[in-house]
Amino acid sequence: MSADQPLVLGIETSCDETGVGLVRGTTLLADAIASSVDEHARFGGVVPEVASRAHLDAMVPMIRRACETAGVTLRDVDAIAVTAGPGLAGALLVGVAAAKALALSLGRPIYGVNHLAAHVAVDQLQHGPLPEPTMALLVSGGHSSLLLVPDVTCDVRPLGATIDDAAGEAFDKVARVLGLPFPGGPHIDRVARDGVIEIDFPRGLTSGRDMERHRFDFSFSGLKTAVARWVEAREATGEPVPVADVAASFQEAVVDVLTRKALLACAENGVQHLVVGGGVAANSRLRAMAQERCDAAGVELRVPRPGLCTDNGAMVAALGAEMVGRGRLPGSLGLPADSSMPVTQVSALETRGER
Amino acid sequence: MRLLALDTSSAAITAAVHDGDEVLAQATELGAQAHGELLAPTIAGVLRDAGVDVGDLTHVVAGVGPGPFTGLRVGLVTARVMAEALGITAVGVCSLDALAAEALATGTVRGTFAVATDARRKEVYLAAYDGDGTRLSEPDVLRPVDVDGALAAAPVVGAGAWLYPDVFTDPREPRLVSAAWLATCAVARLDAGAPLLDTAPMYLRRPDAVESHARKRVTQP
Ligand SMILES: [Zn+2]
Repeated sequence: MSADQPLVLGIETSCDETGVGLVRGTTLLADAIASSVDEHARFGGVVPEVASRAHLDAMVPMIRRACETAGVTLRDVDAIAVTAGPGLAGALLVGVAAAKALALSLGRPIYGVNHLAAHVAVDQLQHGPLPEPTMALLVSGGHSSLLLVPDVTCDVRPLGATIDDAAGEAFDKVARVLGLPFPGGPHIDRVARDGVIEIDFPRGLTSGRDMERHRFDFSFSGLKTAVARWVEAREATGEPVPVADVAASFQEAVVDVLTRKALLACAENGVQHLVVGGGVAANSRLRAMAQERCDAAGVELRVPRPGLCTDNGAMVAALGAEMVGRGRLPGSLGLPADSSMPVTQVSALETRGER
Repeated sequence: MRLLALDTSSAAITAAVHDGDEVLAQATELGAQAHGELLAPTIAGVLRDAGVDVGDLTHVVAGVGPGPFTGLRVGLVTARVMAEALGITAVGVCSLDALAAEALATGTVRGTFAVATDARRKEVYLAAYDGDGTRLSEPDVLRPVDVDGALAAAPVVGAGAWLYPDVFTDPREPRLVSAAWLATCAVARLDAGAPLLDTAPMYLRRPDAVESHARKRVTQP
């Protein structure tokens, strides 16, 4: 780490995590996170207003904790980065307003960045500079995307995405069918370890015709319904539901499609590196199968540790630091939060509010 | 004293700088869905107009509502984070109090009156005041038809009064919160050694959310 590299503070509030990270160059100094996930559990999913209220109350404490952990003061910060989208509109606004307040008070530039690009950039904190181009598979409760990334600061190309549920959403819904708590991902991962993969659940968008029209897209809605039907049929006969086997077989179907399409995308685009990010990247079976298939194909797999895969402020700071390093232009105090920010747009565009 | 006041509890995005004696600069932008975009440039603008460096601020005052949640939070998080970055304190003033103070000072009301702002969903945020501008109760959120008859017939300040002329028969100006008056309220309280609020939002409503119960079946039993 060199002291002349820029110190960037990143803020993330696109869903239910209030994240504030501090990064110098590609070195992670602090990653403070508060989560409102427990408050959402009884609703079976994230309630936007509950998340937004929690962001307001967690913001200053997380800024403080990040500075204390890194041993810096806000005056030392060279630039501010914030998730401008995509995400929950009201939740994003809290983070964007906080970032502007810092930029205004400290007289520092502000970068409004894309959440998905930040999920890719975070890998630099663990594995060093991203190879160019790199392939990225981003899977979480909010997104499931396959991206070709020639330059994470300005050139991100979507190859495919889910056409219905996000992968993490499918985990939540299947967990519910199996009577497991929210969020479903970690619970399914845990119980699946004792299960046998013996039920042949459908692999969405992998048949001949779908591979022409939706080559790199995903679909998990049909899979979720198939699992529910299977469980209900079992219940109708009065037999016990083999929860572990269902979880393992469902997980296998999701992970099989994700890794198969990711490796196909690498092969067809001549890309040698695959980054996997998002909350579902914490899934142990996804990590194992991705490793197996990457090894077989001669592709280098880069998966950040679980704490960096889920939403956090460090990933936003990591992308911000890369933008500063590459001399990308900052935004202004009028930059908007954009809940449906396209993945191709790495930084927020100005719309109004300029003075 | 160099006090920055801001309010985002209504359709007005408003900021002002006060030096303890007078308002040095104020600005108000209208944009019901654009609080997040308009507030920071508006603050930067009033600081410039007032000739005050952001580092010289001594207080940040935020209107704590009541008001629609999303816009309200933009102002509150801005005040809290600016105060944190500048090493000063953020304090709160009930946004309805700023409307009351302006109405009294500009002579649009005399004697007992009420302030009503737009709470959306066919409701208003409401509080009653005496002729000295003292608020008589905590603000409430309710349907106009449920407002006490005597209060509804009294002079009522704020956009909420103008939205429901059938109920509020004597609407008065002003309609939207002005940060200049919010600053004036805060300075008066600081001068009098009276307590100010913290920056906790006055939501007055719980989040809309339905607890999940039994799972939905996909096949017919
Ligand atoms: Zn994410």
